[in-house]
Amino acid sequence: MTGTPLKTFFAPDSRSTVAAEAEARPAPAITVRGLGVRFGSKLALSGVDMDFPTGRITALIGPSGCGKTTLLRSLNRLHDTTPGARVLGSVHLGDLDVYAPEINPTEIRARIGMVFQRPNPFPTLSIYDNVVSGLRLNGIRKKAILNDAAESALQSAALWDSVSHKLKTSAMRLSGGEQQRLCIARALAVEPDVLLMDEPTSALDPIATSRIETLLRALVKQVTIIIVTHNMQQAARVSDYCAFLMVEEDRVGHLVEEGLTLQIFSKPADPRTEEYVTGRIG
Amino acid sequence: MSAGYVTGGRDRRRLTRHLRLGDRAYRRVLQGFGVFVLVIFVAVGATLFIQAWPAFKHSGPGFVTGTTWDPSHAIYGAVPFIAGTLFTSAIGLALAIPIGIGAAIFLAEYAPRRISGALGMLVELLAAVPSVVYGLWGFLVLGPIFQNTIEPRLSWLPFAHGAPLPVGLLLAGVILAVMVLPTIVAVTRDLANAVPATSREAVFGLGGTRWQMVRTAVLPAIRTGVVGAVVLGLGRALGETMAVTFVIGNTNAVPNSLIAPAQTMASLIANEFTEATEPFHASALLGIAVLLLVIAVIVNALARLLVWSVSREVRETV
Repeated sequence: MTGTPLKTFFAPDSRSTVAAEAEARPAPAITVRGLGVRFGSKLALSGVDMDFPTGRITALIGPSGCGKTTLLRSLNRLHDTTPGARVLGSVHLGDLDVYAPEINPTEIRARIGMVFQRPNPFPTLSIYDNVVSGLRLNGIRKKAILNDAAESALQSAALWDSVSHKLKTSAMRLSGGEQQRLCIARALAVEPDVLLMDEPTSALDPIATSRIETLLRALVKQVTIIIVTHNMQQAARVSDYCAFLMVEEDRVGHLVEEGLTLQIFSKPADPRTEEYVTGRIG
Repeated sequence: MSAGYVTGGRDRRRLTRHLRLGDRAYRRVLQGFGVFVLVIFVAVGATLFIQAWPAFKHSGPGFVTGTTWDPSHAIYGAVPFIAGTLFTSAIGLALAIPIGIGAAIFLAEYAPRRISGALGMLVELLAAVPSVVYGLWGFLVLGPIFQNTIEPRLSWLPFAHGAPLPVGLLLAGVILAVMVLPTIVAVTRDLANAVPATSREAVFGLGGTRWQMVRTAVLPAIRTGVVGAVVLGLGRALGETMAVTFVIGNTNAVPNSLIAPAQTMASLIANEFTEATEPFHASALLGIAVLLLVIAVIVNALARLLVWSVSREVRETV
């Protein structure tokens, strides 16, 4: 990777929908101030201030252990389910204080969906039941609503044409890439404002990966996306904005810089960012 | 085969021959152990059957279908004890399954880690209590409580008529439940702990509550194993002798009520083998042992069938 010219990251056609030049930054969907996370007595992330623009894809990049997944999981209060985890600072979804004491974390998680590293459809449920599981968990029982939601979510996840004739078969019969798109459909069915993705293609082959990346560009028209990725080419290909996090010997995970992806990859402000995106560290 | 080896031909042959020898010896030894288990099972079964044969011949099919057990008149019918065994085990499991699974889910999913560790250890200690202690405790402590407090309040139940006693089917079933509980709790808890975080987070990520997570992600994943745990518990309940003998009431009649005194197959053998001097009496007790063995095998086979059908269902969806 060392010495690769930065421009080669950007295949011209794949970025046609991405705001390549400076734009007026959209209003934030999620605002994070002074965010830190500690597990027991160990601080994993500290002092993150950041806005995640609405209707854009923001990629979180950085070396292993830099806290990007930790940051992602603090946005939908998923750390609440881990004993000993504590989130410091504030997260706002629009005007809503995500960590306010009166807020029920399950409502936050219904509005901020999540897709995980490994496809994790419910193994005992059918394709259909998987897609509508989020709605059912939230108390929706009406058949007509569920059917409509299933179809439109599967359409959005580019899965409808290949599964519409076998909705009652098990989700585990699908390939890995299809399972991951099913998980995306499952997350979309509850119509979240924001979709968090934690290295969604790391368990997939290159073809399935590229289909998901294409899908993300289409999805961002309806939902704000925040994606953690280890793969810098992926960040360059799919994201509009990019945040670089790092962990150093004397400092726990923190945000180094963030901005338009093009700028991060071509004219980063911080030398550490440049070293990372050109493959010299991490 | 030969291509790709770095070592020369003769060295390699010596090496693999050596391995093959060791391999073969190892296999033979393991085979021996396997056969040994089979031999023991067949030997026990055969000896029991041979010794029980006189009683079988004497009583005919009546041995399995007769409801009277009267050694002084050489009448041997096993129905009261088959009923006692099946009823007590059923009561025990009916109580232990919901409580055990509930406790296991609490330990695995709800309790703070420190409480879960301490309670978990207590549960495992329960399994180490000798059955004679359970029997004594059941007889001295639980029996009077059942007679004076619990059984008088159960008379509205359809099958709970009769005078409250400090012994009986229900009490034996409750003691069996206590004895079976640790197995079910420990196995179910370990199964629940082994459910991967990704399955749980799939539910949490969709806005599911903890209970919804348990229902959607944990219970479906562990159901096959839980059936296995219940079968283990059932095996213990069917054959449990000492504790049941204390509290069953040792009455050789088909129980007509939930709280009636009764007799199980195992407790009958324990009660009567020292005084089996009437004609065919000792042989009849061995016949009971054969029946118990047969019932245990049938129940295990049914349970395996259940596990198999559940796991096939899961396999089909995997």
